[in-house]
Amino acid sequence: MKVIELKNLSKIYNPETIPVRAINDVTLSVEEGEFTAIVGPSGCGKTTLLNMIGGLDISSEGSVDIGGVSINEMSESELTTFRLQHIGFVFQAYNLIPVLTAKENIEFIMVLQNRDAKTMQERSDDLLDRMGIKDQRDRRPSELSGGQQQRVAVARALASRPKFVLADEPTANLDSGSTEALLDIMAKLNKEEKITFIFSTHDQRVIDRAKRIIKLVDGEIVSDEQP
Amino acid sequence: MILYIKLAWRNVWRTKKRTWITASSIAFSVFFACLMQSSQLGSYDNMIDNSARFFTGHLGIHQVDFWEDQIIDNSFDQQALFELDLTNPSILMGVPRLSSFALASHGDRTKGAALFGVSLEEEAAFSYLERKLIKGDYNTERGVLMAAGLAANLNLNVGDTLVLMGQGYHGVNAAGKYSVTGILKFPIPALNQGAIYLPLETLQEFLSAPNMISSYSILLEDSQDTEGMKAHIETILKGKELGVMTWQEMLPDLVSSIELDYYSGWVILIILYVVIGFGIFGTFLMMIKERTYELGILNAIGMTKRRVQIMVAIEIFLLIFLGVLLGVLMATPIILYFWSNPILLSGDAALAMEKFGYEPIIPFALNFKIFYNQGISIFIIALFLAIYPMLAIKQLKIIKALKE
Repeated sequence: MKVIELKNLSKIYNPETIPVRAINDVTLSVEEGEFTAIVGPSGCGKTTLLNMIGGLDISSEGSVDIGGVSINEMSESELTTFRLQHIGFVFQAYNLIPVLTAKENIEFIMVLQNRDAKTMQERSDDLLDRMGIKDQRDRRPSELSGGQQQRVAVARALASRPKFVLADEPTANLDSGSTEALLDIMAKLNKEEKITFIFSTHDQRVIDRAKRIIKLVDGEIVSDEQP
Repeated sequence: MILYIKLAWRNVWRTKKRTWITASSIAFSVFFACLMQSSQLGSYDNMIDNSARFFTGHLGIHQVDFWEDQIIDNSFDQQALFELDLTNPSILMGVPRLSSFALASHGDRTKGAALFGVSLEEEAAFSYLERKLIKGDYNTERGVLMAAGLAANLNLNVGDTLVLMGQGYHGVNAAGKYSVTGILKFPIPALNQGAIYLPLETLQEFLSAPNMISSYSILLEDSQDTEGMKAHIETILKGKELGVMTWQEMLPDLVSSIELDYYSGWVILIILYVVIGFGIFGTFLMMIKERTYELGILNAIGMTKRRVQIMVAIEIFLLIFLGVLLGVLMATPIILYFWSNPILLSGDAALAMEKFGYEPIIPFALNFKIFYNQGISIFIIALFLAIYPMLAIKQLKIIKALKE
């Protein structure tokens, strides 16, 4: 089942002065359960592509369908609600809410979804357990290591039971040990629960784990392989 | 909602120093504004109380033409009031008063004098007249109590005889000899130079106006409750040749001076609020500028802008509430202290107050309205200034915010 379908997607900056095509005519689909890495040199458009898939940025041309629903025509508010319900985000800089504990950060997404207290409690406990950070549940981000913070970020991304998780350079700030541990967790989630992950990365360790590698150069797909 | 409040509360304390500085600036402005308004309202209450007790009452019942033409012929028979039921929980007490003018002589000196016929016992409780006694005996049946200035001008002392000559009721001649039994000292020069107090019956007899009074002055529980009570008494007086007036109608100069002072006080408060407003705005500005990236992230992960606005609004509310609460907590014990121990003025300031007929004190009012007014004013300012962060959030662009 297709969770993402991009058709002739382009992103053009300064269209009326000096147009710059950050993404140029990209057509792509991602099936449920994929573990996909979007790779390429800095400035090739990886983050821009991810932002458009995630509904954070709007395309200049082409369309983005998520789970069969076109997000191109959605209003800003509809897009935000759509992201909340269907897309999980993991950022390079973790971006946890600094004043909330690990558990509260995970539950925050479910609060936005108006879930009941019992569901939130069970889901956050389960995710903390699976991420191996149950004993860190009451700590704030500043009291956690980078690796632990990124695991909380993954747990937060999964808390809403999204259709897929977009991870923008998730290992860029992590040491080798933390990177391997994080990738192990993600790979396990992908394998056992068919959670779809899409990464943008330069990190060879991530690329080595990916089941599909899409290479971007100057905003265009130059290769799409399944090693 | 609990998580929103928790989040907002923790966000408020993320930058402790800035929170304390902002809350303190709000607290001090509320503190000063409360003290200022308490002393202002206290002074007004004191001025109204002094004037009402001494001159007009909070309400005054007169013969309908009396206020326009204050002559003895426009007095009325107090029997008319005895027939009426004026008892009401809002009325503290009422006193009958008769006033007129006469020439006062002693030896070869003669001066014009204002005569006040009062029930000395009731007046002691109503206008605290007994407190003005500086020499002699207050309770007199046939004698008179003279203002110190007039007594000095006539070279009179306690025990001397005073001759009064004037015009009585319906133009009859009025003349009499009275023993001076006491000397009263009034702060108001006009009163001190010309007032003579007599027992009501004595003055009625002098003016050949038995049972007649010029006014029946009423003291109310609440000096501002005049309109309601006026309407109430008007219904009681219906069909009689009597009218009732409020102190606001009888003392328009006092009303004007209070209004002028009140609004000039507000000008000072507005200047204070503008200064504080800039401080609050600075905090709001930083609150948004420093956290643009973070707010972008919240929006990115699914928190709608409306929800982000609610969160920031709760933060603003908590910050302002903290400042207002601190200000009220600081001001309350001081206002309580000065409410029960008014500041006593001395020197020129005291003389100036006495010259205007008021006690030389700065009394403080204890009124919930004072705290409420300041709290609401600060909240309105904050609400107005909060337009900026709310608009900034509305206009937030996720991609731009994530690049901050």
